[in-house]
Amino acid sequence: MKKSPREASLGGKIFTYAFLTLFVLWSIYPILNVITVSLRPGDLLWSKDLSIIPENWTLDAYYQLLFDKPFMRWLWNSMLVSFTVTLTGVALASTAGYAFSRYKFRGKETAMIGMIVTQMFPVTMLLLPLFIMLIKMGLYDTYIGLIIAYSATALPFCVWQMKGYYDTIPKSLEEAAAIDGCSQWMTFYRIVLPLAAPALVITALFSFMSAWSEYLVAAVLIQDTTMFTLPLGLKSFQSNFATEWGLYAAAALFVSLPVVVLFMALSRYLVSGLTLGGVKE
Amino acid sequence: MKPGISLTNDPKRLAYLYIFPALLVMALVIVGPFLYNLVVSFSNMNLMNFRDWKLTGIDNYLEVFTDRYFWYFFFKTILWTVLNVTVHVAFGIFLAILMNQYLVGKNIFRILIILPWAVPQYITALTWRGMFNYEYGAINLILETLGMGPVQWLGSEWGAFFAALMTNIWLGIPFMMIVALGGLQSIPNDLYEAAEIDGASKWFQFWNITLPLLRPVMVPAITLGVIWTFNNFNVVWLVSDGGKPSDSTHILVSWVYKVGLNYFRIGYAAAFSMVIFGLLLIFGWNYIKRTRGTESVYE
Repeated sequence: MKKSPREASLGGKIFTYAFLTLFVLWSIYPILNVITVSLRPGDLLWSKDLSIIPENWTLDAYYQLLFDKPFMRWLWNSMLVSFTVTLTGVALASTAGYAFSRYKFRGKETAMIGMIVTQMFPVTMLLLPLFIMLIKMGLYDTYIGLIIAYSATALPFCVWQMKGYYDTIPKSLEEAAAIDGCSQWMTFYRIVLPLAAPALVITALFSFMSAWSEYLVAAVLIQDTTMFTLPLGLKSFQSNFATEWGLYAAAALFVSLPVVVLFMALSRYLVSGLTLGGVKE
Repeated sequence: MKPGISLTNDPKRLAYLYIFPALLVMALVIVGPFLYNLVVSFSNMNLMNFRDWKLTGIDNYLEVFTDRYFWYFFFKTILWTVLNVTVHVAFGIFLAILMNQYLVGKNIFRILIILPWAVPQYITALTWRGMFNYEYGAINLILETLGMGPVQWLGSEWGAFFAALMTNIWLGIPFMMIVALGGLQSIPNDLYEAAEIDGASKWFQFWNITLPLLRPVMVPAITLGVIWTFNNFNVVWLVSDGGKPSDSTHILVSWVYKVGLNYFRIGYAAAFSMVIFGLLLIFGWNYIKRTRGTESVYE
């Protein structure tokens, strides 16, 4: 790092570290609080103690969660739904994004803008009709209803993300392939798709995370407790606030950990996708 | 792909083929419900006449605009959005400036600061609700050790609003910081060096170099932030447990959810949704035009 005029003074440095440290404390405190609650012995759940590792800490809550509660069932439901949504999302977005990137066709502009406009819908806009339609179609309380709803809601972002990435792949590769006699589909499948692997990974993870962490749609479309996804299960612990706070905390850590790790790895790409090219300017 | 030799080699047809599956799903789950919602918004559908509803013209829209709940929650939503986004952006830019210098342990700071963004939103909301608990929540316990009395956060209208606000502020800062940091890194250092030589103060540099050059990056992010915050159902609903106390802690989206899916005044809620959407569309129009602008650059 070369010494530039932007190098801060000593006072500035102290301020920087002090402020960042305070801010980090504020950022991680709620997470530490969840860890604390999850480690408390059952009779001390409602403790007024503020220490991070409670006295007589125990893993009881974790044990109970895994063996006495339908947590495994919810985990299975969530995995099933999230993986199906991921597969659908990747399949639909990788093809649609390609068409948006490479071809000119009627309605292209409208469709691209339409996808941004959906981000402005209030939740009830689609949920209310969807709720009524799924009841009429007999898909209320089923995985399929959830999967359809999630695949569609994650799609606009995924298509934009894929299109943005395809735009960066030079067209000359496809032209070369065409000269060598590749059909258009083969060119896409054999040449473009492998090159777009990073974007595919992001699309997959984004679809997965959005389904894994979704509460509201599930709350409307699922009633049966054996069909609960994790968010519904966790919320149900919280309604028995008095007795199951420790269970909630243990489950929250369990559920968040994988997503948090994924998210950290991805945050950079998510931003450029979300601001829809604005950052590139 | 058999019958497709001629089909797949016509580029127009092929484009539609690639898009068709995605469009089909979106038509079923987005366009279909949207149109249905539009029709229902002109009807008297509710729990009583779920099957034999009829169109009633613009009654629902008139009712929305004359309903005092609408205006009350409208102003609350504006307050909620302005407070949230202002704090997100101010802290986001400030943190980004601090992070955009040589620091020991920069990556650790970065990871820990982004953490709130990574936690699933519903977990954040439920956790903060627990922390605002009157007797045992961490917030009141900390206040007590500082010698201040416990506060009825979730039991009072503005207490619950504040609790939701703190929760959302907590989770919204990292996004703005990351965006601002990206923007800062693209500002050439020579500009600052030149300003330094001309004897410009840091403050002057901030207002005349940093902020104007961050603008193109921040404007889309802020637009998006406003839309998300305006529509942030999860935090308000889960922190206040469905608008408690007595349906006072709502923003427009959580209120319309209650009206539609708890009270089943479906026609009215549909019109209400259209109004919220209309408001955001007017607000977001520039953003849409901008993205269309970038669109043509690539072609």
